[in-house]
Amino acid sequence: MRFLLIEDNPELAESVVKRMGLDGHVIDHAASLDAARTCLQCAEYDLILLDVMLPDGDGRDFLAGHRIDRTTPVIVLTARSQVSDRVSTLDLGADDYITKPFDFSELEARIRAVLRRRGGAADNRITLGDVTLDLLAGTLHVADHALTLRNRELRLLEVLMRNAGQILSKAQLLDRLFSFDADITENAIEVYVARLRRRLEGGTPRIETVRGLGYRMTLP
Amino acid sequence: MSATVRTRGSISRRLTLQLAVIAAFLALLSWGMVRSFSQQAAEQTQDNILAASATAIAEELRSEAGRIRLEIPYAAFSMLGAINEERVFYRVLSDGETLTGYDDLPVEQGARINGGVAFDTLSYRGDDVRVAMVQRTVFASERAVRVIVAVAQTRNAVDAISARISRAAALVSLAFFVLAAVLSFWAARVSLQPLTAITQIVSRRGASDLKPFETTAPQEIAPLLTALNRFMERLSSSLDRSEDFIAEAAHRVRTPLTTVRTQAEIALHSVTRSENKEILRRVIRAVDESSRSAGQLLDHAMVSFRTDKLTHSDVDLAELLGDVINTLRPTADMKDIRIRTELPSLWIKGDAILLQNALHNVLDNAIKYSPAESTITITLENRGAQAGIRVCDQGRGVDGADIATLTQRFRRGGNVGNVVGSGLGLTIANEVVHAHGGRLEMTGAQDGPGICVTLLLSLR
Repeated sequence: MRFLLIEDNPELAESVVKRMGLDGHVIDHAASLDAARTCLQCAEYDLILLDVMLPDGDGRDFLAGHRIDRTTPVIVLTARSQVSDRVSTLDLGADDYITKPFDFSELEARIRAVLRRRGGAADNRITLGDVTLDLLAGTLHVADHALTLRNRELRLLEVLMRNAGQILSKAQLLDRLFSFDADITENAIEVYVARLRRRLEGGTPRIETVRGLGYRMTLP
Repeated sequence: MSATVRTRGSISRRLTLQLAVIAAFLALLSWGMVRSFSQQAAEQTQDNILAASATAIAEELRSEAGRIRLEIPYAAFSMLGAINEERVFYRVLSDGETLTGYDDLPVEQGARINGGVAFDTLSYRGDDVRVAMVQRTVFASERAVRVIVAVAQTRNAVDAISARISRAAALVSLAFFVLAAVLSFWAARVSLQPLTAITQIVSRRGASDLKPFETTAPQEIAPLLTALNRFMERLSSSLDRSEDFIAEAAHRVRTPLTTVRTQAEIALHSVTRSENKEILRRVIRAVDESSRSAGQLLDHAMVSFRTDKLTHSDVDLAELLGDVINTLRPTADMKDIRIRTELPSLWIKGDAILLQNALHNVLDNAIKYSPAESTITITLENRGAQAGIRVCDQGRGVDGADIATLTQRFRRGGNVGNVVGSGLGLTIANEVVHAHGGRLEMTGAQDGPGICVTLLLSLR
């Protein structure tokens, strides 16, 4: 999917671009409202991530203007107080907001929730062999039947499928999948992998255990 | 947090009382004057008749063959009969000897009555009598004889008339006083009308309505209104500054924390040694702790400040809860937590922003302390005078702590483990609920280890 990030903090922007890239998304970064308007004129975006305080204006004013003629969903990134900002940003037509500093897992979760509410985007499926994963609907199609995955199973399978053929350590998976708030251990990864193996029965892709290193998704 | 003003006295009562006292004084004065005038007038009338009667008798004095003769004319007494029911006495003295009449009627024989008519009031035969005395000189036996004619009359009728007039005057004065008192009350009310009107305008104002008053006021009250307007202006700008300050402070604190967290997270993905990873995880957790605490502190400040100027608009609790649940659903989804709801329509009067924040904190807590793949149940119910919002989780419970302890600032349960928190969530919720005339309740879940937090809000 293609996102527009309007954010003047270069470190934050860089890490969002990198992190979203890992999930296969393309991020255009605009450091000012002016640059953002230029981006919006020449490309279509699935979602906009908008900072509230920008060097050339207030993100909320941009939001109010943007809402007049666009339908692209907007998630506001704010470092201001929740109580006052929640109202003003949502009233101005933002689809959701997230308070800085945020956890990437939470940002991803919010992006998915907004896209799901707005009816999704074009490329929200990953296919490997005879297995297709619908990221927004949360459904897994194995051979000729479909089943609904829980969120954590879905996220884990998404990472494994995107990196098919590569070995991913439990620590890497933990960092990618779970927020730092959740008290989750590497053992939990084993539990979820075991579940996914059951879900994938009947299909061609396999989740291999590479002893001492981690897991790898392969096609025979 | 409104301080009650102790009332002392009432301007209206004081004004009424003062005017009534003045009216009473004037009524007494007028009664006294009428009474004294009427007394004088009655006495004057009696004196005139007595003088006329005595003079008429004196006119009849004659000297005949060296002796003084007197034939008392009928008219002299008939005119006295005009004042009825009175007893009449007379005495005529010639050189100190009683010529005719009651010789025990005391008559003053000094020089006072020379030439004119003298009056006296004295006690005679058990009654107060008024005496008029006239002196004439009659020539008899070649010498001048001094004759004194005294006519007396009891005073009962005069006293009765003056008493009647005095009673009538008293009644008129009393009526005057009552009328004046009623008018004083009315005048006090009317004079204070502008003040009452302004009081009503001020008290009808919503708590957050700090617009200046645009109303006409009498000269005496205008300065008060002007001072009030200036005060509201200062208050309003100071409140606006506080809001801006809180928002700005949050921004200042969180922006550098964002940079630190972002850098740490980028580094986390590039380092391979597990001890380095662990250090970075701890850094990120510490950043999360401090940004959360900063956020909650500022939210708490904002909440305290908003509860001071609480607005009361109609709030649909079901819709409000729906919004809060939608906001937090992605966070719940991350842990595969199901949120089950039972939300019938229920309206209360309150501050939607504050209530939203309170519910957000309670639900956020429930999600944080719930295990993965559990269920949170949210029910909204009408409990008669109160609306009850119950949030039940299947989490770890609170390890013996009670709601009174947990709503204290920075107090957290003993078994919070690694969960990031500030210890302000329930404090905020509690303050909001209290500001809305309600309270927070915490009970153990019916089945399993979780807890139920209930927000009870007054429906009126």
